[in-house]
Amino acid sequence: MSDVLDSYSQWLDGAWVTVRLTLLGGALALVLALLFGMAGTSRHAWVRVLNRVYVEFFRGNATLVLLFWFFYALPLIGLRFTTMFAAVLALGLNVGAYGAEVVRGSINAVPKAQYEATVALNFTPFQRMRRVLLPQAFALMLPPFGNLLIELMKGTAIVSLVGLVDLTRVSKNIQGSTGETVAAFSVVLVLYFVVAQLLQLFVRYAERRVDRMLGRRLPSEPSLGTIAAGAPGAGVAG
Amino acid sequence: MSWDWQYSGEILPDLLRGLRYTVIATLAGYVIAIVLGLVWTLLRRTPSRVFNQVIRWVTEFIRSTPLIPQLYFVFFVLPAWGITIGSLTAGIITLGIHYSTYTAEVYRAGIADVPKGQWEACTALNLPRSRVWLDVILPQAIRRVIPTLGNYLIAMFKDSPMLLAINVAELLFSAYKVGSQSLQFLEPITMVGLLFVVVSVISSILVRRLERRYATT
Repeated sequence: MSDVLDSYSQWLDGAWVTVRLTLLGGALALVLALLFGMAGTSRHAWVRVLNRVYVEFFRGNATLVLLFWFFYALPLIGLRFTTMFAAVLALGLNVGAYGAEVVRGSINAVPKAQYEATVALNFTPFQRMRRVLLPQAFALMLPPFGNLLIELMKGTAIVSLVGLVDLTRVSKNIQGSTGETVAAFSVVLVLYFVVAQLLQLFVRYAERRVDRMLGRRLPSEPSLGTIAAGAPGAGVAG
Repeated sequence: MSWDWQYSGEILPDLLRGLRYTVIATLAGYVIAIVLGLVWTLLRRTPSRVFNQVIRWVTEFIRSTPLIPQLYFVFFVLPAWGITIGSLTAGIITLGIHYSTYTAEVYRAGIADVPKGQWEACTALNLPRSRVWLDVILPQAIRRVIPTLGNYLIAMFKDSPMLLAINVAELLFSAYKVGSQSLQFLEPITMVGLLFVVVSVISSILVRRLERRYATT
């Protein structure tokens, strides 16, 4: 056990890679989710088709398959990425597709009268989104987004299979060099758990803030309707 | 470099052989997940609060740690304790246990969704506990969660490539292997990707159908 803990600098480096991947992937996923999610609520059919194609392709694919595709297949047709970039791209595109469904469902869940009021007040489409629909949809999005962020963090473990030295890879390396199988793999699971709980705390805090902003309270335990909204295999929400 | 159709045809049998392992692992894991998930949920409802909290944190721990280190744990640690298992078995067990913590949450929400009047009626009729659960609550709860459980089957299918971390010869692993023999990765991995999209799209249509069929409102 002490051998395993002595290599704490390796653990820290690995944790930093995992955290960085989570943040970068999360940022990309958030942008894509908002972009394609709003596209899914458009009045124009072709914009909605864009949303469908993106969502079905990247949600339907396994993240690991996407990563292998970016890492092994695309360089052969001349598209080369660094490993880190390929990983962020695969994670962001995949989680962004789930996020897009969450965004679309949440915007559609805002009462129709709100939309009608913006039309009556002669808001531009941008003002309508920015000032009325998104702020209300945002509170609905947060709990599923929190789930997705933790799924994304767990998803980063796949990068260990293409050679990035994240927490998982570090545990494998340390297991190889010290031979302490039980300790190495126990420590890595505990570290992931700690990271997940920290993310959880952050998400709870954000939820409370948004709820207070809108003056409403969401149920403490998710109901059946929302539980699958951010789930890895979730169907179409809303 | 462009797409090589002849090569694609040649590697197809290899990929299908890999697909067989993917399907076996997914289905066997799913059976574990839906049974064990219900067990977790019921264990969280015992009279002992300490025990319930322990179960809650155990499932939380399994749910919030990634599958790949869990695979390593099961595959490398169990032999250290004297239990030797094959990589496919280890993969099935890990996948099943990992997703059982998700299905547990689904069952919990399904049970909470059963109207309170049903519980009250059971008390009024003085039904024994076993009949309350088996004949009143669970049939209604499970009906509600069937579509959501269907989603997790798709999710498990999409997570099954991770089994290649412990050298299970599943779909992506076989694609990688044929690719590394010929150094042509484009065709096998693209084919695997398309296969995943096709299966996911079809199965999500099926799940939507389930949702309509079992709609309670």
